[in-house]
Amino acid sequence: MSSSLLFNVTTFLFLISTILFFAYMASKNSSLGLGASLAAFIGWGVETLAIILRWKESYDMGHGHAPLSNLYESVVFFAWTIILIYGIIELKYKHRIIGAFVLPFALLGMAWAQLGLNSGIEPLVPALQSNWLLYHVITCFLGYAAFAVACAISIMYLIKARSEGENSTSQAGGMISMFPAIRVLDDLNYKSIMIGFPLLTLGIVTGAAWANYAWGTYWSWDPKETWSLIVWFVYAAFLHARITRGWVGKRAAWLSIIGFAATIFCYIGVNLFLSGLHSYGGGR
Amino acid sequence: MSTKKRTLTESLWDFFCSLKLSISLLIGLAVTSIIGTVIPQGNIPPEYLQTISEAKFRLYQSLSFFDMYHSWWFMLLLYLLTVNLVACSIKRLPHVWKMVTEPALVLDESLEKSLSLTYDFKASSSELDKLKGFLKAEIGEPVLSERDGVFHLFAQKNPWCRLGVYVVHLSVIVIFIGALIGSFFGYKAFVNIVEGTYIDTVFTAKDSPIKLDFGVHCEKFSVEYYKTGAPKEFKSILTILENGQPVKGFTRIPVIVNDPLTYKGITFYQSSYGQSGDGAVYHFNVALRIGGGSTNFNIKKGERVTLSGGATLELLESTQDVRQYMPEFSGPAAKVSLVMPGKSPESFIVFKNHPEIEEQRRGELVIQYAGADEKLYTGLQVAKDPGVWVVWFGCTLMVIGIGMAFFMSHQRTWIRLGNGRATLAGTANKNPAAFERKFEEMVEKLKTL
Ligand code: HEM
Repeated sequence: MSSSLLFNVTTFLFLISTILFFAYMASKNSSLGLGASLAAFIGWGVETLAIILRWKESYDMGHGHAPLSNLYESVVFFAWTIILIYGIIELKYKHRIIGAFVLPFALLGMAWAQLGLNSGIEPLVPALQSNWLLYHVITCFLGYAAFAVACAISIMYLIKARSEGENSTSQAGGMISMFPAIRVLDDLNYKSIMIGFPLLTLGIVTGAAWANYAWGTYWSWDPKETWSLIVWFVYAAFLHARITRGWVGKRAAWLSIIGFAATIFCYIGVNLFLSGLHSYGGGR
Repeated sequence: MSTKKRTLTESLWDFFCSLKLSISLLIGLAVTSIIGTVIPQGNIPPEYLQTISEAKFRLYQSLSFFDMYHSWWFMLLLYLLTVNLVACSIKRLPHVWKMVTEPALVLDESLEKSLSLTYDFKASSSELDKLKGFLKAEIGEPVLSERDGVFHLFAQKNPWCRLGVYVVHLSVIVIFIGALIGSFFGYKAFVNIVEGTYIDTVFTAKDSPIKLDFGVHCEKFSVEYYKTGAPKEFKSILTILENGQPVKGFTRIPVIVNDPLTYKGITFYQSSYGQSGDGAVYHFNVALRIGGGSTNFNIKKGERVTLSGGATLELLESTQDVRQYMPEFSGPAAKVSLVMPGKSPESFIVFKNHPEIEEQRRGELVIQYAGADEKLYTGLQVAKDPGVWVVWFGCTLMVIGIGMAFFMSHQRTWIRLGNGRATLAGTANKNPAAFERKFEEMVEKLKTL
């Protein structure tokens, strides 16, 4: 069995889960919801195995390293962290329906990785040969995943708030009635960011520590660094906005969505559109 | 006049204490930071300059867009943030400090009204000790006070976590201080050392020399490759010299990417390498393909030698390890151009480790490459930053502070006991849902106490 087969199984299970979540939303049949969650969690388990297997495969090829070294591996890992954070929030707060908005993110990631990215296992260029890579990438991506979940929740918030505003009784309104109350969504948005913000902070700190260790400067205003700081500023603004009155609800939801858009730009856009030290795989 | 002045100071103070200012500054920093990720910073590549008009260039220059993170207006935003942070903390900290150090011990009517979690039950004053033990087990050591014949018990958990936010804010300032120390008392520089030589001067980005009070000797530089031809390791062997003598413990230290060498607060990082062109001599050997009779000869780069029989040979390129260009081969290789008398030049590659390749080439002469006593230089990044420990201290504070602020909750509970009745009341500053569950559990336990 190869890791790439398992990654395909994962992608398939995330697809099944997404479809079941939509069916659950349309039908309100709770066993569909249970099936959707199970498919997501089994997919996550399979993906865990796949990642471990890929790790082992890299050792078999003679240049063993953690599977976190290029765009393909990071996208796959991102999908894994998204389901992990979603799982924690579902188990803790029991609002399964959030999965309908989170799973598409994970599915999109896996599908892109499997169909569009080079999945070859390559040896590590000297710049990446450090344990700091592990700490840095893991903390950053867990943070990003929490922001992805917060963004999904914010989208639900905006949909729900709008439908309540219109006071509609259409079919869509029927689906939306399954969403948690907007007060709960607002709170969950905040809670997800409370998970993501400390992790992003740790990610930036470990990145700075690594840069200092490898290059002698903890901060060089490289585009990737700067964008991670931009993301950090946006969520810091979000946290402070909550303390002042009038910034809960819609505006908080928008800030969370903008924050996630900045996160995605930091992760992918910077590599595509801007140049710098971080262009994955290119080394320094 | 004086009252007017006071109101001005007051309104200035209010301005700097406002959270709206903080949010605007944070968003402002986020938005302006984008500029420097789109416009190149520092040394601007000439290709970029050709893509923008003269007027745009002058505009960018006047706004310091080419070095925006050190521009006066970006610094101003950072200083405003600092002032805002300090002002806000000065305004709020005393109140929070008081809440931590002088908690309300008595559950009076106004306090009770402000709390959403309360529970009334029957209890006689003889049960005081039992209730004390209960609070101690559930929350923490209770404080007893008596007012008008009524007993008040107060117990709390994690009061210090209220200071978490201020630890975070302090950490931001500590990090700024660390960065300032680094920029005033440290430097970033660069130096190339040719194998077998030493240096005692490094150069900053503006090419100004900095003299070290010790020397750095580079014994050897080497590159290792993966089978695929991708580089695996860049390694310099360095020795620190004091008065020309090697320093014990700093002799023949391998320095690779991600594993630097620090001496007297100055750190050397493996950064680049190259061939030190001057004076390298390349060794070749020539023989007739039929008849043999080999001769050794030396050549320098760019030089043309005439071989017996009138052929001329020129060395075009050479490498210490060909694997990076041709993964199927390894070892030193040279690209040469050979001109046989009356023929047009032909160029080909000869490999030190693969003489059979040359033997298979057609032509009258067999040229073999025997390697070079060519020297490499190692390029080292040099940094001195006495502020870096302050920065790490600030980062640690920040992580601890965020942990305190987000994941710990200041829980306060009171029990008022008198006139045959008791009231349990409680509140928490974070995670109200979790505290509500805990409060309900406490109520259940009280029922069976
Ligand atoms: C412009 C500068 C800033 C000012 C004036 C400011 C002010 C404040 C104030 C007044 C609070 C509320 C404290 C309370 O609840 O009593 C707060 C909370 C907080 N601040 Fe700041 N802050 C600033 C910058 C920052 C920055 C750069 C960070 C970066 C990590 C930060 C992190 C936090 C956190 C984590 C909280 C707690 C939020 C929560 O409990 O949800 N602050 N800040």
